[in-house]
Amino acid sequence: MSGSKTINLNVDVRHLTRVEGHGDIKVRVANGQLAEAGWEIVETPRFFEVMLKGKHYTAAGILTARICGICSIGHCLASVRATENAFGLTVPEAASRLRLLAEHGEILQSHLLHLFFLAAPDFLGLPSAIPLKNVKPEVFALAMRLKGLANHIGNVVAGRATHPVSIQVGGMAKMPEKHVLLDLKSRLERSLADLDATVEVFKTFEIPDFTRETEFVSLKGERDYALIGGRMISTDGAEMPEADYRAMTNEYVTENNTSKWCKLSRESFAVGALARLNNNYHRLHPKARIAAVQFDLAPVCHNPFMNNVAQLVECVHVVHDSMRIIDELVRDVGAETMAPVTPRAGRGVGAVEVPRGILYHDIEYGDDGRIIRANCVIPTTQNNANIHYDLGPLVKQFAVEGMTDERLELLCSMLVRSYDPCISCSVH
Amino acid sequence: MKYLRIEQKRPRIAVFDFTGCEGCSLQLSNKEDTLGAFLDAIEIVNFREVSSDKGDDYEVALIDGAISRPDEVERLKAIRDRAALLVAMGSCACFGGVNRLKNACDLDEANREVYGDHPKETMPTMAVKEVVPVDLEVPGCPVTKAEMERVVQHLVWDLPLPKYAYPVCLECKQRYTVCRFDVGELCLGPITRAGCGAPCPAGELGCWGCRGPAEAPNYDEFFALAEEKGFTGQEINDRLAFFGGFEGIQL
Repeated sequence: MSGSKTINLNVDVRHLTRVEGHGDIKVRVANGQLAEAGWEIVETPRFFEVMLKGKHYTAAGILTARICGICSIGHCLASVRATENAFGLTVPEAASRLRLLAEHGEILQSHLLHLFFLAAPDFLGLPSAIPLKNVKPEVFALAMRLKGLANHIGNVVAGRATHPVSIQVGGMAKMPEKHVLLDLKSRLERSLADLDATVEVFKTFEIPDFTRETEFVSLKGERDYALIGGRMISTDGAEMPEADYRAMTNEYVTENNTSKWCKLSRESFAVGALARLNNNYHRLHPKARIAAVQFDLAPVCHNPFMNNVAQLVECVHVVHDSMRIIDELVRDVGAETMAPVTPRAGRGVGAVEVPRGILYHDIEYGDDGRIIRANCVIPTTQNNANIHYDLGPLVKQFAVEGMTDERLELLCSMLVRSYDPCISCSVH
Repeated sequence: MKYLRIEQKRPRIAVFDFTGCEGCSLQLSNKEDTLGAFLDAIEIVNFREVSSDKGDDYEVALIDGAISRPDEVERLKAIRDRAALLVAMGSCACFGGVNRLKNACDLDEANREVYGDHPKETMPTMAVKEVVPVDLEVPGCPVTKAEMERVVQHLVWDLPLPKYAYPVCLECKQRYTVCRFDVGELCLGPITRAGCGAPCPAGELGCWGCRGPAEAPNYDEFFALAEEKGFTGQEINDRLAFFGGFEGIQL
């Protein structure tokens, strides 16, 4: 900001569009000085943690899936994992593979929805992706083919992509038939050209040049690009086991938000595709790293707008890794996918990397297998404070002579959208 | 959109979300093989989740979610005033959905537990029809895009909309799914409205009744069956209360 007394700007966005849920942006620059820059969550609270009380363990994953229409598979996985940790049971290896494949499908579906439907219109100067059908029919067709494939993974592996049915305490209730798996693999192979074309489309987009030093939190990739369970790490050096998630998130309630806020080593931190990539870059599939290089994306990247690119890189990763998993699963056909379940009193935590970042469910059971207490910490809950604290420096950098309210509103909206916030999830 | 080279009427549709997960809105972007044709058949004038267009000249309002805060009541009433036709889309809009489970709790206590000293505004969950008149109900958690396509075909060309008087049980038989009762699991398939295609039993999960009751369900026979198979009153009643569609029905 030049500090010029002639610069006066106002951004007042009520219910930001092209994000999941309801959030507001307020920015005011008066006489060249930043007077206000904030992100507020006004979503209606649903009280899931209270609704979970007294429920039987078989209901936990079915209920928590309804926290989010986009990452329902991730919520279901976090709940069944928390429950299995509480009961002290290990799921069969084939079930673990199927779960990872289901989560890959969800990450692909969610990232593609965000990249093409929610983020791309800003870079193309369109109000939505709907006109793409006429102005860039080849891009629309490409997006449809890839998104259709992503939903297909969820449908065949989890029984349904939105609100899954086969992810149950003990493992996976169903192993897809061999011909279904082989068909899925051939569809994944055929999608590689579409992924390359998507990379070319996004290379034409101008990513705003803005950085703010940020702490990034994700699961720690010890053997692979970690997505389900294990230890958590941050770029500031924090490292903790799954069960210590409270110390990793430090949720607190603020006056103006129905979502809680979180902090770790600083006043805020970020989770999501960029955080995972920053922490586990070398565990990405080599083809995904090649995609990252094309965008000059390397760890540690502190530009929040690059989360869009990190999502695209993860799309490449999950497609390639899905093919690897299917090769293993084809050898597993006929293997047991459910472990016997014996409820017992206890508490368990499940951490899962869902599309927008690390998700924690913490569930305590009585010896009747019914829930005594539950807590869910959502990725966007962890990102909300970071979005808020990004806005001030962003406005300061771009509030120069010639800036208009409209362009600043677009820039602030694009920043928030880069985090792909899932607001109803964050409030739950 | 032209059909037989004649310009067709495209209904102007708006999608609004209230208390819920927005999963039903999301379904509208699914079934990608026909999404282009779907978008050609309608004109989307307001759909915050996917578009920055904020038109208020819509004829049809699709409502996603339940109503659980005073500002939502006001917003819904304003939408009802503008819309010629209002559709409750999904189990939250039709029955309150899982959000209705909250109504069994003391809301002040719930607020204290979640938000401590900063309680947030809330009220007991209501279905859309408890606030304003509803013209068409499409239940499901989530709704299926195939059914939403049939709703649009009904609106554009007046094609008849199937009512699915029969229960989910029939759709399991049509796709040769093994009965969940036969593998020892509780299932609301005998009393729940069909039209979903029975994906849950096919994925090895008994029906949880997200679409609410079928036409004239035989509850007595269902209760007798469930008890004979060894399920307790609590198990049966928990299941019936889950999505809000069987409000008032208990063993």
